[in-house]
Amino acid sequence: MSLLEIRDLTIDFPHRRGDFVAVRGVSLHVDPGEILGIVGESGAGKSTIGNAVVGLLQRPGRIAGGTVHLAGERIDDLDDKALRRLRGRRIGMIFQDPLTSLDPLQTVEQQLVETIDYHLRLGKEASRKRAVDLLGQVGILEPDKRIKLYPHQFSGGMRQRIVIALAICAEPELIIADEPTTALDVSVQSQVLALLRRIVEERKVGMILVTHDMGVIAENADRVAVMYRGNLVEMGDKAQVLGAPRHDYTRSLLSAVPRADIRMPRLAQVGHSDARAEAKARATATTAWVETRHVPAENIALRLDGVSKSFVIKRSLFPHRRESFLAVSDVSLTIRPGEVFGLVGESGSGKSTLARMVAGLLHPDDGRICFNETELSAASKPAEWAAVRRRFQMIFQDPYSSLNPRMRVADIVAEPITFLGIEHDKSEVRRMVSRLLELVEMPANAAEKYPHEFSGGQRQRISIARALATSPGLLICDEPTSALDVSIQAQILNLLRDLQARLKLTILFISHDLPVIRQMCDRIGVMRSGRMLEIGETEAFFQSPSHDYSRELLSLMPHFRFQSNDGRAMGPADV
Amino acid sequence: MTGQSSGPLSRARKFFDSDLWWSFKGDPGTVAAAAILLVFGGSTLFAPAIAVHNPFDAAAIDLMDSLLPPLGYAEADSRFILGTDDQGRDMLATILYGARISLFVGFSSVAFAMALGILLGLVSGFVGGRVDAVIMRIADIQLAFPPILIALLVDGIARGLLPRDLHGEISIFVLVFAIGISGWVQYARTVRASTMIEKNKEYVLAAMVIGIGGRLLVTRHILPNVIGPTLVIATIHLAFAIILEATLSFLGVGVPPTTPSLGTLIRIGNEYLFSGEWWITIFPGVALIVLVLSVNLIGDWLRDVFNPKLR
Repeated sequence: MSLLEIRDLTIDFPHRRGDFVAVRGVSLHVDPGEILGIVGESGAGKSTIGNAVVGLLQRPGRIAGGTVHLAGERIDDLDDKALRRLRGRRIGMIFQDPLTSLDPLQTVEQQLVETIDYHLRLGKEASRKRAVDLLGQVGILEPDKRIKLYPHQFSGGMRQRIVIALAICAEPELIIADEPTTALDVSVQSQVLALLRRIVEERKVGMILVTHDMGVIAENADRVAVMYRGNLVEMGDKAQVLGAPRHDYTRSLLSAVPRADIRMPRLAQVGHSDARAEAKARATATTAWVETRHVPAENIALRLDGVSKSFVIKRSLFPHRRESFLAVSDVSLTIRPGEVFGLVGESGSGKSTLARMVAGLLHPDDGRICFNETELSAASKPAEWAAVRRRFQMIFQDPYSSLNPRMRVADIVAEPITFLGIEHDKSEVRRMVSRLLELVEMPANAAEKYPHEFSGGQRQRISIARALATSPGLLICDEPTSALDVSIQAQILNLLRDLQARLKLTILFISHDLPVIRQMCDRIGVMRSGRMLEIGETEAFFQSPSHDYSRELLSLMPHFRFQSNDGRAMGPADV
Repeated sequence: MTGQSSGPLSRARKFFDSDLWWSFKGDPGTVAAAAILLVFGGSTLFAPAIAVHNPFDAAAIDLMDSLLPPLGYAEADSRFILGTDDQGRDMLATILYGARISLFVGFSSVAFAMALGILLGLVSGFVGGRVDAVIMRIADIQLAFPPILIALLVDGIARGLLPRDLHGEISIFVLVFAIGISGWVQYARTVRASTMIEKNKEYVLAAMVIGIGGRLLVTRHILPNVIGPTLVIATIHLAFAIILEATLSFLGVGVPPTTPSLGTLIRIGNEYLFSGEWWITIFPGVALIVLVLSVNLIGDWLRDVFNPKLR
């Protein structure tokens, strides 16, 4: 008998325009001591399954059919009180964001002791001892002292360890981990995943690991379930699903994952899709626009010379009590015309600050930024900054916040054109907008709509169209695909590459995702705590990084490779 | 293009298909409140056509009709359904004309408070630093006083400063100013908070990369995105402004008795309450309660609709 048995589970969200079925007839099971990975794109229903098992479905969602059994006992029809006993006691949960899953007003001790005492009825003293013990087990040093601290006094990775301690405190039989490492940096991610694996092995608990990251699945799961639009399209042994997928969708999803081991001319796109025409992007960018009007301004070479920027973190009337934080420290680099330069680093390394200085959103405290012959420094006047503005544009990370929700797409794309006085004639502006939308492969009627009517990938295309409106020489991309699904990411990256080749753009490409960097960039710079550690050609970097930290980064990158049953190393190339 | 074809007809269809209309239809209390407000507002608008006479016109009223009781009493006059007051004015007519003034003062003072509050809130949130500190401290100081006190204070100072013979004509605008000044803080705080959130969003940064800054950035990009919540505050504030006007008029510092608002009517009627002529004060009072209650119900509904957390 399996630990968790889900049979024919259907979950729907009633709506006046017809019910939305989030999960359709899914059957799966988890055995003790195994990790079942559930993968899929956003909206596939993978988190919904986990929430349904513990009775935490968001209203008005409901289980419309099917059964859930935990160790032979039916749990989908339990009332609230019984479910509360079940959660934490028999099923532990780990959510994505360690910032919000701990109560900020209670010490770690209060939260752990309360939970342990509630479930195990040990009494305060024994619960406390157990809490300290647990913290030690999840790798928190000096647990007897640090248990007194509040959650905000821990780093993100440490906080996620505390959440894990909380999840295993009552010896649950099953752990549901919903994107447990998505909010964490790679180095922290691998530690947390190793901890989860250890717990599963040592305690023989079953685990459902919900994630969109194929690398995480490949390194951690025993079996894999692939979800697509509420349906379970494929389930099986990891080696089978990742190595020899049976379903079209799995196959194309796997091939769309950017590869870390080799640079490919193009990224494969997810071909399997419903009749949604918009999801299918054509292979190359259209050409009409480029030839007729916008000859790319000029090739821009960018040179940074000893650029530094610090932020004040503590204000004071007295100079000696002021404190500041050096976000970027003495960075020098040169980007050649028509080159794609990748900037890699963990969160807080200063890469976004650097990008914002290049974009003119922040002014450096020290050093110079040169665009071709134009030289700008901290002493330059705003007018001098403004003069170079139209020669570079920026694409932002979050497609949901980078477009003004109250403006129509046509106005969003036209704004740089009219504001910078590139064109004033209304019908000509409209023509330019429709050509730009065509260039990024958006439907013609998109111009009259508002941003919320589009998906994340389409919004990112609109964002790119806006950035290209001034025919800039330099494009700054700040994590342009990290908020997107793999399949959409492949489309956007291909689009950027096509545009780069066609318009001879110079691109500063920022990402924490090494495989994406390898696919996109000619040269790479690695940043850590505001400093540039090394700059080198992409291929040389991936084959023989010169700095210790670069080597560490590369080794931590989740490798989408594993041993197949016959001992052969397998990867998506063999698909 | 599809956008061009969206005439008023398809826009109306879109509205009746929207979640807003759906939620409105499903809430009988709000529908009733809206209906009452519509009837009330419509009849005040067409008061000259409905009322038996213009109560503000001394030639149209007859002192012989004074203090007639409403229908149902033996002495009642069929012309005056709700009776008459001490000067022979029809109560229904006075209520309709009085509600006109109440509604005018309510709407204009809310509009004034809103404009002032949004402007100061935007400046405070966008500029930050010292400007923000100064504006917000002023707001804090003002919040330490009850709005009625501030309105009284402003009203008193304005009356002292302005020449006496102007009082009759402009007292209503003084009232609007006084009530408006007493209510801007809420708008400013709300707008400031959302401005501080919006100004760090990427679409604002994207506009800044183009080089858009200052006034254009605030009016085109930030303002449309922070104005939503203030509309909800405005409906609730409207009810409060009507009450505040009535209170001021009741205290005798509002509109003059020659052009009475609902508050003035209640004050006049108050003197006759103990001599048996209850209708002079009760009917305007009921009208005020119904008006304010309807506005409040609609405000509550709006707040719930625009706040997904309360759903």
